[in-house]
Amino acid sequence: MARATSRNARIGWTVAAWFVALLIFFPILYTIITSLKTEQEAIAGFDLIPSFTLESFQTVQSQNNYWRPFTNSVILAVGSTLLALIVAIPAAWAMAFSPTKRTKDILMWMLSTKMMPAVAVLVPIYLIFLRTGLMDTRIGLTVLLMLINLPIVVWMLYTYFREIPGEILEAARMDGASLRDEILYVLTPMAIPGIASTLLLNIILAWNEAFWTIQLTTTNAAPLSAFIASFSSPQGLFWAKLSAASVMAIAPILVLGWFSQKQLVRGLTFGAVK
Amino acid sequence: MATRQTQGLARLMRAPAIILLLIWMIVPLCMTLYYSFLNYNLLNPGMTSWTGWFNYQYFYTDPAFVEAIWNTLVLVLGVLFITVVGGIAIALLIDKPIWGQGIVRILVISPFFVMPPVAALIWKNMIMHPSYGVLADVAQFFGASPVDWFAQYPLFSITLIVAWQWLPFATLILLTSLQSLDTEQMEAAEMDGAPAYARFLYLVLPHMARAITVVILIQTIFLLGIYAEILVTTNGGPGFASTNLTFLIYRAARLNFDIGGAAAGGIIAVILANLIAIFLMRAVGKNLD
Repeated sequence: MARATSRNARIGWTVAAWFVALLIFFPILYTIITSLKTEQEAIAGFDLIPSFTLESFQTVQSQNNYWRPFTNSVILAVGSTLLALIVAIPAAWAMAFSPTKRTKDILMWMLSTKMMPAVAVLVPIYLIFLRTGLMDTRIGLTVLLMLINLPIVVWMLYTYFREIPGEILEAARMDGASLRDEILYVLTPMAIPGIASTLLLNIILAWNEAFWTIQLTTTNAAPLSAFIASFSSPQGLFWAKLSAASVMAIAPILVLGWFSQKQLVRGLTFGAVK
Repeated sequence: MATRQTQGLARLMRAPAIILLLIWMIVPLCMTLYYSFLNYNLLNPGMTSWTGWFNYQYFYTDPAFVEAIWNTLVLVLGVLFITVVGGIAIALLIDKPIWGQGIVRILVISPFFVMPPVAALIWKNMIMHPSYGVLADVAQFFGASPVDWFAQYPLFSITLIVAWQWLPFATLILLTSLQSLDTEQMEAAEMDGAPAYARFLYLVLPHMARAITVVILIQTIFLLGIYAEILVTTNGGPGFASTNLTFLIYRAARLNFDIGGAAAGGIIAVILANLIAIFLMRAVGKNLD
Protein backbone atom coordinates (compact mmCIF):
# COMPACT_ATOMS: atom_id res chain seq x y z
CA MET A 1 0.00 0.00 0.00
CA ALA A 2 2.72 2.43 1.01
CA ARG A 3 4.70 1.46 -2.06
CA ALA A 4 1.72 2.06 -4.28
CA THR A 5 1.12 5.58 -2.97
CA SER A 6 4.77 6.48 -3.28
CA ARG A 7 4.71 5.19 -6.84
CA ASN A 8 1.62 7.27 -7.55
CA ALA A 9 3.28 10.30 -5.99
CA ARG A 10 6.27 9.73 -8.20
CA ILE A 11 4.10 9.58 -11.29
CA GLY A 12 2.35 12.76 -10.19
CA TRP A 13 5.59 14.69 -9.64
CA THR A 14 7.00 13.39 -12.93
CA VAL A 15 3.96 14.57 -14.89
CA ALA A 16 4.05 17.97 -13.17
CA ALA A 17 7.79 18.41 -13.75
CA TRP A 18 7.58 17.41 -17.41
CA PHE A 19 4.62 19.73 -17.94
CA VAL A 20 6.52 22.71 -16.52
CA ALA A 21 9.70 21.80 -18.40
CA LEU A 22 7.90 21.50 -21.73
CA LEU A 23 6.06 24.77 -21.10
CA ILE A 24 9.37 26.56 -20.52
CA PHE A 25 11.01 24.88 -23.51
CA PHE A 26 7.98 25.40 -25.75
CA PRO A 27 9.06 28.71 -27.43
CA ILE A 28 12.34 27.08 -28.50
CA LEU A 29 10.60 23.87 -29.60
CA TYR A 30 8.02 25.78 -31.62
CA THR A 31 10.78 27.81 -33.30
CA ILE A 32 12.53 24.60 -34.31
CA ILE A 33 9.23 23.21 -35.66
CA THR A 34 8.47 26.43 -37.55
CA SER A 35 11.93 26.45 -39.10
CA LEU A 36 11.02 23.12 -40.75
CA LYS A 37 7.80 24.50 -42.25
CA THR A 38 7.14 26.30 -45.51
CA GLU A 39 6.18 29.98 -45.22
CA GLN A 40 2.53 29.18 -45.95
CA GLU A 41 2.41 26.54 -43.22
CA ALA A 42 4.18 28.83 -40.78
CA ILE A 43 1.38 31.39 -40.78
CA ALA A 44 -1.45 28.90 -41.24
CA GLY A 45 -2.20 28.60 -37.54
CA PHE A 46 -1.04 26.40 -34.70
CA ASP A 47 0.37 23.10 -35.91
CA LEU A 48 3.07 21.00 -34.25
CA ILE A 49 3.80 18.85 -37.31
CA PRO A 50 5.89 20.56 -39.99
CA SER A 51 6.47 19.26 -43.49
CA PHE A 52 10.18 18.89 -42.60
CA THR A 53 11.42 21.07 -45.42
CA LEU A 54 14.90 22.57 -45.24
CA GLU A 55 13.90 25.31 -47.65
CA SER A 56 14.11 28.09 -45.06
CA PHE A 57 17.58 27.07 -43.93
CA GLN A 58 18.77 27.12 -47.53
CA THR A 59 17.18 30.50 -48.22
CA VAL A 60 18.66 32.10 -45.12
CA GLN A 61 22.10 30.79 -46.00
CA SER A 62 22.03 31.89 -49.61
CA GLN A 63 20.00 35.12 -49.51
CA ASN A 64 20.88 36.65 -46.21
CA ASN A 65 24.56 35.89 -46.32
CA TYR A 66 24.37 33.97 -43.07
CA TRP A 67 27.94 32.69 -43.01
CA ARG A 68 29.56 36.06 -42.50
CA PRO A 69 27.83 36.78 -39.15
CA PHE A 70 28.31 33.16 -38.15
CA THR A 71 32.05 33.36 -38.77
CA ASN A 72 32.17 36.69 -36.92
CA SER A 73 30.41 35.13 -33.94
CA VAL A 74 32.92 32.30 -33.82
CA ILE A 75 35.90 34.64 -34.14
CA LEU A 76 34.59 37.10 -31.54
CA ALA A 77 33.55 34.48 -29.00
CA VAL A 78 36.64 32.29 -29.29
CA GLY A 79 39.06 35.17 -29.84
CA SER A 80 37.90 37.25 -26.89
CA THR A 81 37.88 34.18 -24.65
CA LEU A 82 41.42 33.15 -25.57
CA LEU A 83 42.67 36.72 -25.09
CA ALA A 84 40.98 36.85 -21.68
CA LEU A 85 42.53 33.52 -20.69
CA ILE A 86 46.02 34.70 -21.70
CA VAL A 87 45.70 37.68 -19.37
CA ALA A 88 43.69 35.97 -16.63
CA ILE A 89 45.55 32.65 -16.15
CA PRO A 90 48.76 34.25 -14.82
CA ALA A 91 46.77 36.68 -12.67
CA ALA A 92 44.51 34.03 -11.16
CA TRP A 93 47.49 31.73 -10.73
CA ALA A 94 49.45 34.36 -8.80
CA MET A 95 46.47 35.24 -6.63
CA ALA A 96 45.73 31.61 -5.83
CA PHE A 97 49.27 30.40 -5.17
CA SER A 98 51.02 33.46 -3.75
CA PRO A 99 48.24 35.49 -2.20
CA THR A 100 49.03 38.75 -0.46
CA LYS A 101 47.03 40.78 2.04
CA ARG A 102 45.43 42.68 -0.80
CA THR A 103 44.40 39.71 -2.96
CA LYS A 104 40.85 39.67 -1.59
CA ASP A 105 40.48 43.41 -2.13
CA ILE A 106 41.75 43.11 -5.69
CA LEU A 107 39.26 40.33 -6.42
CA MET A 108 36.38 42.33 -4.95
CA TRP A 109 37.44 45.36 -6.96
CA MET A 110 37.49 43.27 -10.14
CA LEU A 111 33.99 42.08 -9.34
CA SER A 112 32.87 45.66 -8.81
CA THR A 113 33.96 46.63 -12.34
CA LYS A 114 31.22 44.26 -13.55
CA MET A 115 28.68 46.46 -11.77
CA MET A 116 29.39 49.43 -13.99
CA PRO A 117 26.48 49.67 -16.44
CA ALA A 118 27.64 49.26 -20.04
CA VAL A 119 25.49 52.16 -21.16
CA ALA A 120 27.46 54.52 -18.89
CA VAL A 121 30.48 54.19 -21.13
CA LEU A 122 28.55 53.94 -24.41
CA VAL A 123 29.42 57.52 -25.40
CA PRO A 124 33.22 57.37 -24.95
CA ILE A 125 33.56 53.84 -26.37
CA TYR A 126 31.41 54.76 -29.37
CA LEU A 127 33.47 57.89 -30.03
CA ILE A 128 36.79 56.08 -29.56
CA PHE A 129 35.70 53.39 -32.02
CA LEU A 130 34.46 56.02 -34.46
CA ARG A 131 37.67 58.07 -34.39
CA THR A 132 40.23 55.28 -34.39
CA GLY A 133 38.60 53.34 -37.21
CA LEU A 134 37.77 50.44 -34.92
CA MET A 135 34.07 50.76 -35.70
CA ASP A 136 32.70 47.61 -37.29
CA THR A 137 36.01 45.74 -37.00
CA ARG A 138 36.45 42.31 -35.47
CA ILE A 139 39.60 43.30 -33.63
CA GLY A 140 37.96 46.21 -31.81
CA LEU A 141 35.00 44.15 -30.68
CA THR A 142 37.18 41.18 -29.70
CA VAL A 143 39.25 43.35 -27.35
CA LEU A 144 36.11 44.96 -25.91
CA LEU A 145 34.42 41.62 -25.22
CA MET A 146 37.65 40.42 -23.62
CA LEU A 147 37.62 43.38 -21.22
CA ILE A 148 33.94 42.90 -20.38
CA ASN A 149 34.36 39.26 -19.40
CA LEU A 150 37.84 39.50 -17.86
CA PRO A 151 36.57 39.86 -14.25
CA ILE A 152 34.44 36.72 -14.55
CA VAL A 153 37.32 34.78 -16.12
CA VAL A 154 39.77 35.81 -13.38
CA TRP A 155 37.26 34.95 -10.66
CA MET A 156 36.34 31.61 -12.11
CA LEU A 157 39.95 30.55 -12.65
CA TYR A 158 40.82 31.77 -9.15
CA THR A 159 38.13 29.60 -7.52
CA TYR A 160 39.34 26.57 -9.50
CA PHE A 161 43.05 27.15 -8.86
CA ARG A 162 42.46 27.69 -5.15
CA GLU A 163 41.13 24.15 -4.90
CA ILE A 164 44.44 22.67 -6.06
CA PRO A 165 46.02 21.49 -2.79
CA GLY A 166 49.29 23.15 -1.84
CA GLU A 167 50.58 19.92 -0.27
CA ILE A 168 50.95 18.42 -3.71
CA LEU A 169 53.40 21.14 -4.62
CA GLU A 170 55.38 20.54 -1.44
CA ALA A 171 55.46 16.81 -2.14
CA ALA A 172 56.73 17.46 -5.66
CA ARG A 173 59.37 19.84 -4.33
CA MET A 174 60.49 17.25 -1.79
CA ASP A 175 60.88 14.78 -4.60
CA GLY A 176 63.24 17.25 -6.23
CA ALA A 177 60.99 18.79 -8.87
CA SER A 178 62.15 22.12 -10.27
CA LEU A 179 59.77 25.06 -10.65
CA ARG A 180 59.45 24.20 -14.30
CA ASP A 181 58.59 20.56 -13.55
CA GLU A 182 56.14 21.71 -10.91
CA ILE A 183 54.22 23.88 -13.35
CA LEU A 184 54.45 21.51 -16.29
CA TYR A 185 53.76 18.14 -14.67
CA VAL A 186 51.93 18.90 -11.43
CA LEU A 187 49.93 22.08 -11.71
CA THR A 188 48.97 22.16 -15.36
CA PRO A 189 47.21 18.78 -15.46
CA MET A 190 45.25 19.75 -12.35
CA ALA A 191 44.39 23.19 -13.71
CA ILE A 192 43.18 22.07 -17.13
CA PRO A 193 39.61 21.10 -16.15
CA GLY A 194 39.08 24.50 -14.53
CA ILE A 195 40.50 26.30 -17.54
CA ALA A 196 38.28 24.26 -19.88
CA SER A 197 35.16 25.12 -17.85
CA THR A 198 36.07 28.79 -17.87
CA LEU A 199 36.65 28.68 -21.61
CA LEU A 200 33.28 27.07 -22.23
CA LEU A 201 31.26 29.46 -20.09
CA ASN A 202 33.02 32.51 -21.48
CA ILE A 203 32.40 31.45 -25.08
CA ILE A 204 28.70 31.21 -24.24
CA LEU A 205 28.66 34.66 -22.63
CA ALA A 206 30.58 36.27 -25.50
CA TRP A 207 28.43 34.55 -28.16
CA ASN A 208 25.24 35.92 -26.59
CA GLU A 209 26.48 39.45 -25.89
CA ALA A 210 24.03 41.81 -27.57
CA PHE A 211 24.64 45.37 -26.39
CA TRP A 212 28.08 46.21 -27.69
CA THR A 213 27.78 44.02 -30.78
CA ILE A 214 24.70 45.97 -31.86
CA GLN A 215 26.24 49.37 -31.01
CA LEU A 216 29.62 48.86 -32.61
CA THR A 217 28.96 46.92 -35.82
CA THR A 218 27.06 47.41 -39.04
CA THR A 219 27.86 44.72 -41.57
CA ASN A 220 31.53 43.77 -41.63
CA ALA A 221 32.03 42.58 -38.09
CA ALA A 222 28.39 41.98 -37.11
CA PRO A 223 28.05 38.67 -35.27
CA LEU A 224 24.80 36.68 -35.12
CA SER A 225 23.38 38.69 -32.22
CA ALA A 226 23.55 41.91 -34.26
CA PHE A 227 22.51 40.13 -37.46
CA ILE A 228 19.35 38.71 -35.86
CA ALA A 229 18.53 42.01 -34.17
CA SER A 230 18.41 43.63 -37.61
CA PHE A 231 15.35 41.49 -38.36
CA SER A 232 13.25 43.34 -35.78
CA SER A 233 11.39 44.91 -38.69
CA PRO A 234 10.58 41.77 -40.62
CA GLN A 235 10.59 43.03 -44.21
CA GLY A 236 11.71 40.23 -46.48
CA LEU A 237 12.25 37.74 -43.67
CA PHE A 238 9.19 35.74 -42.73
CA TRP A 239 8.23 33.36 -39.99
CA ALA A 240 9.88 30.19 -41.27
CA LYS A 241 13.04 31.99 -42.35
CA LEU A 242 13.25 33.92 -39.09
CA SER A 243 12.92 30.63 -37.24
CA ALA A 244 15.62 29.00 -39.34
CA ALA A 245 17.99 31.93 -38.73
CA SER A 246 17.20 31.77 -35.00
CA VAL A 247 17.78 28.03 -34.79
CA MET A 248 21.15 28.34 -36.51
CA ALA A 249 22.12 31.19 -34.17
CA ILE A 250 21.29 29.38 -30.94
CA ALA A 251 21.92 25.70 -31.74
CA PRO A 252 25.71 25.61 -31.19
CA ILE A 253 25.50 27.45 -27.88
CA LEU A 254 22.49 25.49 -26.69
CA VAL A 255 24.44 22.26 -27.06
CA LEU A 256 27.55 23.74 -25.40
CA GLY A 257 25.31 25.05 -22.63
CA TRP A 258 23.82 21.66 -21.87
CA PHE A 259 27.33 20.40 -21.15
CA SER A 260 28.24 23.30 -18.92
CA GLN A 261 25.37 23.48 -16.41
CA LYS A 262 27.61 22.99 -13.38
CA GLN A 263 30.25 25.45 -14.53
CA LEU A 264 27.52 27.96 -15.24
CA VAL A 265 26.42 28.00 -11.62
CA ARG A 266 29.95 28.39 -10.40
CA GLY A 267 31.06 30.93 -12.97
CA LEU A 268 28.09 33.24 -12.74
CA THR A 269 27.90 33.21 -8.96
CA PHE A 270 31.64 33.94 -8.69
CA GLY A 271 32.09 30.72 -6.76
CA ALA A 272 29.51 31.68 -4.12
CA VAL A 273 27.27 28.71 -4.99
CA LYS A 274 28.79 25.40 -6.03
CA MET B 1 65.33 35.24 -1.24
CA ALA B 2 63.33 32.64 -3.07
CA THR B 3 60.07 33.98 -1.65
CA ARG B 4 60.97 37.51 -2.70
CA GLN B 5 61.57 36.19 -6.18
CA THR B 6 58.21 34.42 -6.23
CA GLN B 7 56.51 37.56 -4.92
CA GLY B 8 58.06 39.59 -7.72
CA LEU B 9 57.00 37.04 -10.27
CA ALA B 10 53.49 36.95 -8.81
CA ARG B 11 53.26 40.73 -9.08
CA LEU B 12 54.35 40.54 -12.69
CA MET B 13 51.72 37.88 -13.40
CA ARG B 14 48.94 39.90 -11.78
CA ALA B 15 49.88 43.19 -13.39
CA PRO B 16 48.43 42.84 -16.92
CA ALA B 17 44.93 41.91 -15.72
CA ILE B 18 44.89 44.66 -13.09
CA ILE B 19 46.24 47.33 -15.42
CA LEU B 20 43.83 46.42 -18.21
CA LEU B 21 40.83 46.51 -15.89
CA LEU B 22 42.03 49.74 -14.31
CA ILE B 23 42.24 51.40 -17.72
CA TRP B 24 38.90 49.91 -18.74
CA MET B 25 37.27 51.27 -15.60
CA ILE B 26 38.84 54.70 -15.31
CA VAL B 27 39.40 56.06 -18.83
CA PRO B 28 35.89 55.70 -20.31
CA LEU B 29 34.24 56.78 -17.06
CA CYS B 30 36.35 59.95 -16.89
CA MET B 31 35.52 60.66 -20.53
CA THR B 32 31.81 60.21 -19.79
CA LEU B 33 32.12 62.60 -16.87
CA TYR B 34 33.89 65.17 -19.06
CA TYR B 35 31.38 64.90 -21.92
CA SER B 36 28.49 65.24 -19.51
CA PHE B 37 29.45 68.89 -18.95
CA LEU B 38 29.66 69.68 -22.67
CA ASN B 39 27.07 70.87 -25.09
CA TYR B 40 28.15 68.43 -27.77
CA ASN B 41 26.01 67.14 -30.60
CA LEU B 42 27.50 64.90 -33.27
CA LEU B 43 25.33 66.60 -35.90
CA ASN B 44 26.88 69.92 -35.02
CA PRO B 45 30.31 69.27 -33.50
CA GLY B 46 31.56 72.78 -34.29
CA MET B 47 29.20 74.26 -31.69
CA THR B 48 30.70 72.26 -28.80
CA SER B 49 30.91 74.30 -25.61
CA TRP B 50 31.06 73.95 -21.82
CA THR B 51 27.61 74.00 -20.25
CA GLY B 52 28.14 73.03 -16.62
CA TRP B 53 25.16 71.23 -15.13
CA PHE B 54 22.80 71.92 -18.02
CA ASN B 55 22.79 68.32 -19.35
CA TYR B 56 21.91 66.95 -15.93
CA GLN B 57 19.10 69.47 -15.46
CA TYR B 58 17.86 68.74 -18.95
CA PHE B 59 18.02 65.00 -18.40
CA TYR B 60 16.29 64.74 -15.06
CA THR B 61 13.59 67.33 -15.69
CA ASP B 62 12.65 65.44 -18.86
CA PRO B 63 9.38 63.57 -18.19
CA ALA B 64 10.82 60.63 -20.16
CA PHE B 65 13.55 60.31 -17.53
CA VAL B 66 11.09 59.80 -14.68
CA GLU B 67 9.18 57.31 -16.80
CA ALA B 68 12.38 55.47 -17.71
CA ILE B 69 13.47 55.20 -14.06
CA TRP B 70 10.04 53.89 -13.15
CA ASN B 71 10.10 51.38 -16.02
CA THR B 72 13.59 50.25 -15.00
CA LEU B 73 12.39 49.56 -11.46
CA VAL B 74 9.22 47.78 -12.62
CA LEU B 75 11.21 45.64 -15.06
CA VAL B 76 13.92 44.68 -12.54
CA LEU B 77 11.54 44.01 -9.65
CA GLY B 78 9.00 42.22 -11.85
CA VAL B 79 11.61 39.87 -13.30
CA LEU B 80 13.20 39.29 -9.88
CA PHE B 81 9.83 38.40 -8.37
CA ILE B 82 8.87 35.97 -11.15
CA THR B 83 12.27 34.30 -11.35
CA VAL B 84 12.84 33.90 -7.61
CA VAL B 85 9.36 32.61 -6.78
CA GLY B 86 9.17 30.52 -9.96
CA GLY B 87 12.75 29.35 -9.52
CA ILE B 88 12.11 28.08 -5.99
CA ALA B 89 8.95 26.27 -7.11
CA ILE B 90 10.59 24.64 -10.13
CA ALA B 91 13.74 23.73 -8.18
CA LEU B 92 11.59 21.98 -5.55
CA LEU B 93 9.70 20.17 -8.31
CA ILE B 94 12.82 18.97 -10.15
CA ASP B 95 14.38 17.86 -6.86
CA LYS B 96 11.52 15.38 -6.31
CA PRO B 97 12.19 11.78 -7.33
CA ILE B 98 11.01 12.02 -10.92
CA TRP B 99 11.69 10.04 -14.07
CA GLY B 100 13.90 11.74 -16.64
CA GLN B 101 15.34 14.34 -14.28
CA GLY B 102 18.33 14.94 -16.54
CA ILE B 103 16.18 15.79 -19.54
CA VAL B 104 13.83 17.95 -17.48
CA ARG B 105 16.86 19.92 -16.28
CA ILE B 106 18.11 20.39 -19.83
CA LEU B 107 14.71 21.59 -21.04
CA VAL B 108 14.34 24.04 -18.15
CA ILE B 109 17.86 25.48 -18.47
CA SER B 110 17.69 25.98 -22.25
CA PRO B 111 16.20 29.50 -22.46
CA PHE B 112 19.28 30.88 -20.71
CA PHE B 113 21.43 30.03 -23.72
CA VAL B 114 19.20 31.81 -26.21
CA MET B 115 20.78 35.15 -27.13
CA PRO B 116 18.60 38.15 -26.19
CA PRO B 117 17.64 39.28 -29.73
CA VAL B 118 16.57 35.74 -30.66
CA ALA B 119 14.58 35.30 -27.44
CA ALA B 120 12.79 38.58 -28.06
CA LEU B 121 12.05 37.79 -31.71
CA ILE B 122 10.77 34.30 -30.88
CA TRP B 123 8.33 35.74 -28.35
CA LYS B 124 7.38 38.66 -30.55
CA ASN B 125 6.63 36.60 -33.65
CA MET B 126 5.96 33.01 -32.61
CA ILE B 127 4.16 33.51 -29.32
CA MET B 128 2.75 37.01 -28.88
CA HIS B 129 2.05 38.15 -32.44
CA PRO B 130 -1.60 39.33 -32.58
CA SER B 131 -2.42 37.37 -35.73
CA TYR B 132 0.16 34.58 -36.14
CA GLY B 133 1.29 33.97 -32.56
CA VAL B 134 0.45 30.89 -30.53
CA LEU B 135 -1.33 33.00 -27.89
CA ALA B 136 -3.58 34.41 -30.61
CA ASP B 137 -4.43 30.86 -31.69
CA VAL B 138 -5.20 29.95 -28.08
CA ALA B 139 -7.42 33.02 -27.68
CA GLN B 140 -9.28 32.17 -30.87
CA PHE B 141 -9.73 28.60 -29.71
CA PHE B 142 -11.54 29.86 -26.64
CA GLY B 143 -13.52 32.36 -28.70
CA ALA B 144 -11.72 35.39 -27.26
CA SER B 145 -10.20 38.14 -29.34
CA PRO B 146 -6.39 38.06 -29.56
CA VAL B 147 -4.37 40.56 -27.54
CA ASP B 148 -1.88 42.87 -29.21
CA TRP B 149 0.63 42.35 -26.41
CA PHE B 150 3.33 44.84 -27.36
CA ALA B 151 0.87 47.63 -28.12
CA GLN B 152 -1.35 47.14 -25.09
CA TYR B 153 1.01 45.84 -22.41
CA PRO B 154 4.50 46.70 -23.69
CA LEU B 155 6.37 46.68 -20.37
CA PHE B 156 4.57 43.59 -19.10
CA SER B 157 5.38 41.72 -22.32
CA ILE B 158 9.08 42.60 -22.06
CA THR B 159 9.08 41.61 -18.37
CA LEU B 160 7.67 38.24 -19.39
CA ILE B 161 10.35 37.68 -22.04
CA VAL B 162 13.19 38.65 -19.72
CA ALA B 163 11.73 36.52 -16.91
CA TRP B 164 11.66 33.57 -19.33
CA GLN B 165 15.35 34.13 -20.06
CA TRP B 166 16.39 34.38 -16.40
CA LEU B 167 14.10 31.79 -14.84
CA PRO B 168 16.54 28.98 -15.80
CA PHE B 169 19.42 30.78 -14.11
CA ALA B 170 17.48 31.18 -10.84
CA THR B 171 16.21 27.61 -11.03
CA LEU B 172 19.63 26.13 -11.66
CA ILE B 173 21.32 27.99 -8.81
CA LEU B 174 18.48 27.31 -6.36
CA LEU B 175 18.46 23.66 -7.41
CA THR B 176 22.21 23.39 -6.83
CA SER B 177 21.72 24.85 -3.37
CA LEU B 178 18.74 22.61 -2.66
CA GLN B 179 20.70 19.51 -3.56
CA SER B 180 23.33 20.34 -0.94
CA LEU B 181 20.65 20.27 1.77
CA ASP B 182 21.28 17.72 4.51
CA THR B 183 18.81 14.89 3.83
CA GLU B 184 19.18 13.43 7.31
CA GLN B 185 17.91 16.65 8.83
CA MET B 186 14.93 16.59 6.50
CA GLU B 187 14.17 12.97 7.34
CA ALA B 188 14.45 13.69 11.06
CA ALA B 189 12.00 16.57 10.72
CA GLU B 190 9.66 14.35 8.73
CA MET B 191 9.83 11.60 11.40
CA ASP B 192 9.05 14.18 14.08
CA GLY B 193 5.89 14.93 12.15
CA ALA B 194 6.80 18.38 10.83
CA PRO B 195 4.37 19.16 8.00
CA ALA B 196 5.70 19.93 4.52
CA TYR B 197 5.18 23.70 4.77
CA ALA B 198 7.03 23.82 8.10
CA ARG B 199 9.95 21.86 6.68
CA PHE B 200 10.03 24.29 3.75
CA LEU B 201 9.85 27.40 5.94
CA TYR B 202 12.26 26.41 8.69
CA LEU B 203 14.71 24.11 6.89
CA VAL B 204 14.67 24.58 3.13
CA LEU B 205 14.21 28.35 2.88
CA PRO B 206 16.94 29.27 5.41
CA HIS B 207 19.28 26.86 3.64
CA MET B 208 18.59 28.55 0.29
CA ALA B 209 18.90 32.11 1.67
CA ARG B 210 22.45 32.54 0.43
CA ALA B 211 21.64 31.23 -3.04
CA ILE B 212 18.56 33.48 -3.26
CA THR B 213 20.70 36.45 -2.30
CA VAL B 214 23.24 35.60 -4.97
CA VAL B 215 20.49 35.22 -7.58
CA ILE B 216 19.02 38.62 -6.72
CA LEU B 217 22.39 40.33 -6.73
CA ILE B 218 23.63 38.94 -10.01
CA GLN B 219 20.34 39.26 -11.85
CA THR B 220 19.97 42.89 -10.77
CA ILE B 221 23.34 43.74 -12.33
CA PHE B 222 22.28 42.19 -15.64
CA LEU B 223 18.65 43.38 -15.53
CA LEU B 224 19.62 47.05 -15.17
CA GLY B 225 21.24 46.73 -18.60
CA ILE B 226 18.32 45.18 -20.52
CA TYR B 227 18.57 46.53 -24.04
CA ALA B 228 18.27 44.13 -26.99
CA GLU B 229 14.88 42.78 -25.87
CA ILE B 230 13.45 46.32 -25.98
CA LEU B 231 15.16 47.19 -29.26
CA VAL B 232 13.69 44.31 -31.26
CA THR B 233 10.20 44.29 -29.74
CA THR B 234 8.80 47.74 -28.91
CA ASN B 235 11.76 50.02 -29.62
CA GLY B 236 10.95 51.66 -26.30
CA GLY B 237 7.39 52.59 -27.23
CA PRO B 238 4.58 53.29 -27.52
CA GLY B 239 5.85 56.72 -26.46
CA PHE B 240 8.25 55.91 -23.64
CA ALA B 241 6.04 53.17 -22.17
CA SER B 242 8.74 50.50 -22.37
CA THR B 243 11.90 52.65 -22.30
CA ASN B 244 14.26 51.87 -19.44
CA LEU B 245 17.25 53.98 -18.45
CA THR B 246 19.65 52.02 -20.67
CA PHE B 247 17.38 52.46 -23.66
CA LEU B 248 16.83 56.17 -22.96
CA ILE B 249 20.58 56.80 -22.93
CA TYR B 250 21.02 54.74 -26.10
CA ARG B 251 18.32 56.90 -27.71
CA ALA B 252 20.03 60.14 -26.70
CA ALA B 253 23.44 58.99 -27.93
CA ARG B 254 22.60 57.14 -31.10
CA LEU B 255 19.32 58.56 -32.37
CA ASN B 256 19.59 62.18 -31.19
CA PHE B 257 23.42 62.32 -31.42
CA ASP B 258 23.32 64.20 -28.11
CA ILE B 259 26.71 63.20 -26.65
CA GLY B 260 26.47 65.53 -23.66
CA GLY B 261 22.98 64.45 -22.69
CA ALA B 262 23.76 60.75 -23.07
CA ALA B 263 26.90 61.15 -20.97
CA ALA B 264 24.92 62.86 -18.20
CA GLY B 265 22.42 60.00 -18.37
CA GLY B 266 25.34 57.54 -18.17
CA ILE B 267 26.62 59.18 -14.98
CA ILE B 268 23.12 58.96 -13.50
CA ALA B 269 23.04 55.26 -14.44
CA VAL B 270 26.39 54.70 -12.68
CA ILE B 271 25.11 56.41 -9.53
CA LEU B 272 21.91 54.38 -9.62
CA ALA B 273 23.77 51.09 -10.17
CA ASN B 274 26.16 51.89 -7.31
CA LEU B 275 23.33 52.82 -4.95
CA ILE B 276 21.68 49.50 -5.68
CA ALA B 277 24.98 47.63 -5.40
CA ILE B 278 25.79 49.21 -2.02
CA PHE B 279 22.25 48.72 -0.79
CA LEU B 280 22.24 45.08 -1.88
CA MET B 281 25.73 44.38 -0.56
CA ARG B 282 24.79 45.83 2.81
CA ALA B 283 21.43 44.09 2.95
CA VAL B 284 23.02 40.78 2.13
CA GLY B 285 26.43 41.34 3.71
CA LYS B 286 25.83 38.78 6.42
CA ASN B 287 24.97 36.20 3.81
CA LEU B 288 28.16 36.58 1.77
CA ASP B 289 30.79 34.92 3.97
